[in-house]
Order: sequence, then C-alpha cells, then structure tokens
Amino acid sequence: MDFISILSIFVLACFIGFYVVWSVTPALHTPLMAVTNAISSVIIVGALIASAAPGSVTSKYLGLVAVVFASVNIFGGFAVTERMLAMYKKKERKG
Amino acid sequence: MNYDHATDVAHAGVMPAVAEHLSVPSWAGLAYLASGVLFILALRGLSSPVSSRRGNRFGMIGMLIAVVTTLILHGTGLIEIAIAIAIGGAIGFVTAKRIAMTDMPQLVAAFHSLVGMAAVLVAIAAYLNPAAFGIIDPLTGEILHVSRIEMGLGVAIGAITFSGSVIAFLKLNGNMGGKPIMLPGRHVINIGLLALILGLVGYFLTDQSAWVFLVITALSFLIGFLLIIPIGGADMPVVVSMLNSYSGWAAAAMGFTLHNSAMIITGALVGSSGAILSYIMCKAMNRSFISVIAGGFGGDTGGASGGAAAVDRPWKRGSAEDAAFLMKQAEQVIIVPGYGMAVAQAQHALREMCDLLKKEGVKVKYAIHPVAGRMPGHMNVLLAEANVPYDEVFELEDINGEFSQSDVAFVIGANDVTNPAAKTDKSSPIYGMPVLDVEKAKTVLFVKRSMGGVGYAGVDNDVFYMDNTMMLLADAKKMVDDIVKAMAH
Repeated sequence: MDFISILSIFVLACFIGFYVVWSVTPALHTPLMAVTNAISSVIIVGALIASAAPGSVTSKYLGLVAVVFASVNIFGGFAVTERMLAMYKKKERKG
Repeated sequence: MNYDHATDVAHAGVMPAVAEHLSVPSWAGLAYLASGVLFILALRGLSSPVSSRRGNRFGMIGMLIAVVTTLILHGTGLIEIAIAIAIGGAIGFVTAKRIAMTDMPQLVAAFHSLVGMAAVLVAIAAYLNPAAFGIIDPLTGEILHVSRIEMGLGVAIGAITFSGSVIAFLKLNGNMGGKPIMLPGRHVINIGLLALILGLVGYFLTDQSAWVFLVITALSFLIGFLLIIPIGGADMPVVVSMLNSYSGWAAAAMGFTLHNSAMIITGALVGSSGAILSYIMCKAMNRSFISVIAGGFGGDTGGASGGAAAVDRPWKRGSAEDAAFLMKQAEQVIIVPGYGMAVAQAQHALREMCDLLKKEGVKVKYAIHPVAGRMPGHMNVLLAEANVPYDEVFELEDINGEFSQSDVAFVIGANDVTNPAAKTDKSSPIYGMPVLDVEKAKTVLFVKRSMGGVGYAGVDNDVFYMDNTMMLLADAKKMVDDIVKAMAH
C-alpha cells in the first residue's frame, strides 16, 4: 500500500469515528472508554511482529514485553467492558 | 498488484525485507480490514445498552482475527509469545474482575499507560530491527523517510501517553495530591520542549542515529509528565479522555509504519472517540480545552471567591424523618447524585430508598450531570451497578425541564453541578457551566457532610440558603440508611 492509500483509510476512519462516537449514548461513555482502550491494543500486531522476527534479540524482547502490556489491556479492557455492560438493566416488569 | 511484483523480487532473492513487507497476502489484508470493521461495529453497538454487549463481542472477534492473522504471517517463536499473552491476559483478566466500579478512572488511566508504553516499545523494536517491519529503503539501506516520521511521531505520542497516564493514575488513585503543581515558566518550558521534539523528528529525516530517536523518546516522556502535573483533580475527566485520544493516535502512527489497516482504523476510531469525549467534558464544565491543558484549576487554591463568606447566612436543617415524610408525599422525586455519593458507597442504599418510594407510588428519576463522576459516564455505571434501571436515569438536557414539575429534588454528593451561580453570577468561576435546575423543585433535600466544605470549584452554593431547601447534614450513606428506616415505619 502506498502512503496515500493508507492516509485515505486513516482520514475516512476518522470520519467514521466521529459519527459513530457521537451516536454513543452518554450513559455508556465509561464502557466506551474501556472498549476503545481494549481495541487500541491492536498495537499488539506490531509487538507480535517484533517478537517473532529474527535479527535482533533486543527487538525481540522489547516486542515480548509489549505483547504482555497489550495483552493486559486486551483481556482487561474487554472483560471490564463486559462486566459493566452486564450491569445495565431495564426496569423490571412489576410496576 | 504489488503483491505479484513483490513475490517475484522475493524469489529472486533481492531485498527480502522490502519484499516481505509488500507481500502481505491479500487474505491477510482482508482479515485486517475485517477486524477494523468489527471494531467499528463494537463502538456502534454502544449506541444503546441493548446492542452494547453484542458490540463488545464483535470487538473481541476483531482482536482475535488481528492476532491470529499476524501469528500466521510471522509465526515463529510461538511459545514465548503464548507465554507473554498468557501472563498479560491473566493480569488483565483478574484486574478487570476485581476492580471496584468507583476505581474505573484509575483503571482506564493505567490501561492507557500500557498502550502508550507498548507503542514506545514497538517503535523502538522497529528502529532496532527495521527489516522485520519492512521499512528499509532498498536504495540506501536506511530506514524509509516516511517511516522515520511515523516512528518519530509514534514514539513521541506513545511516550506522552505513558507518562501522562501514569501521573493521571497517581492523581486519581490518591497516591499523589489532586492539587495542581505549578512550575514557574511551565508554559515556556512545555512549548519549548514540544518544539524541540518536533524539530528532532524533522532532523531524524536526515540522520537516523540512535541518539536522535532516544532523545525524542526521553523528551516525550518528560513532556507527558510536565503536561499533567499542573492539572487539578476537577479536570481529570478531560485528562483521561484526552489520554484516551492520544493512545489511539499512537496506535494509528504505528499502523502507518506497519501499513496495517486494522491499526489505522482502530487508531482513528479511538483518537476521535477520546477527542469527542474531551470536548463533551470541557463543554460540561464550560472550560476551554486550552485552559484545561494550561492547568491550575480545581485545587485548594480556588477558594478565594467563596468559601469563607459562607458562614453567616441562615439555612434550614432537616432530619431523616422529615426527608422520608416529604418524599413519601411527593408525586415525583428527582435524585441528583454526585461523586460524593459514590465515595460514601451510598448507591445501594439509595436504590433501596427509591424502591420504597416506588412502592408508595412516587415517580423516581435520576438526573445525571456529565461531570457527576470522575470520568465520562462514570455515574451511570455506578448506578447500574446498584441495579438502578437505565431507563430511570436521564441526562441533564433531557431532565432539566422537569424540576419545576417535581416535588422533591434529592441532591446527594453533588454540589457545583447544582449551583445556580453558574447561570447568574458572571464573577463566579463556574459561570456558564450547564447546571441542573434543582432550585426549581418544590423542595430541595440536600445531603451534605457539613456546611463547611465547598465543592471542587471552591464556590459557595446559594441553593443551601433557599427557603425551600432542607439541608440533611450527615454522611451520605448513613443519611440514606436513616431515611430508609424512617420510611419503613
């Protein structure tokens, strides 16, 4: 992919982000932060590439540490979001 | 199109590094795109509590696809990687299960710092082993120019996110006072540092020596620290949202380096999400983003304009029995909770009180100010945890018109967000902030620990001294418990 294609994806994704986030109900802003936290750990892709690549031992270990950090975030972020969302309940039908 | 060409080059044995990068097979490109789309759907799900859990699952699937795709493409050293994921995953999972909902802001700040650090580590790894990331210029054998800018910015944003989030965590967690710490000449220092970092990123284009990269990293750690130190406790919701945004931009910058669409899409989503939340929080406090960043608000120093003058004005004190009686007679009661309620752990008792009221045929609604908690939407989570149905909870603009038709406004643990001075007193530090019109209710019941303390902004609240206000002075939880007892009689 050339730079312009990547930039196009980025700019369009910013617009999608703008509209999608404005449609999030304010009651769910805390779960929104938790889940964006989890998905921004997609940076684990870079960490995995570094840990799997031959060539530099330092780079490999830095990558592995980054994998640990990103995993804390992925598992923690999704789990805590799940926990919060499970609490949101509608009124019980008993009046 | 590039793919065929690239494999040809790889087969010919020339420039394997570049070839590896360009030759991300189409299935993998599609897989990363799919995980990007799933992340969009994850956020889209949050438009309603009904669809939110499905959205979260989409997010998990998206992450799984991204990780598995990467492992298939680069799958060596799987055992170490599996161990690393297991360690991180276990820590994350246990933390997520144990954390108290009142501590969510700290947890989110801690998580942000990890994303920031991971970005820094990945950028350093990419610098040390550019071949693995396919960012070597085949002509010069050096790192591609465009990649240098991306890495420079990525490491800078990552480092700022890390050190800024660590400070935010320490402040929110109470390891460090909420008071803003003001260094003399800090604006000059910060702007100078920022200019220096950007200058070095520019210089990195001409000289890819390690020192340039390391100095960028070190200065960015420093500026993240300096930026958050002067910001007071009251502005933390803005800071947490802002750091959320930064963690996204850091991921996006690394996505540019890796030409990875999942990372770029996610980075853009998270970046805009955090930016929008910061904007919403600033608006809710009527503060400009610049003045928040400039810092100094929300410390103990703000008391100059009120506080002391409060002592002499007459006010009425009520008892739990009075409150129980008034609310039982009411047709509609609006509860206005603030962070003080959560600190006193009164939310469960409060819900019990409201259940009793509902049994008496009283309509109960909750009014939430956007900055009622310590982060966006925090109060909603705290109420949800106490089993308050979300359809009884209303945002400021949806409920403000209803106070005038309500018999009782029950303010518990909130203060500044009910202060009418924000509407009338131009000299007040909170002038212009949107507030809940509690004073329009027939009776205001104001639960407060004592008459002495003032809110975060350090201003006195006229609601305390109104004829239709009854002050319920006690610990929030104890007061609500007493009201529940009084109602049962």
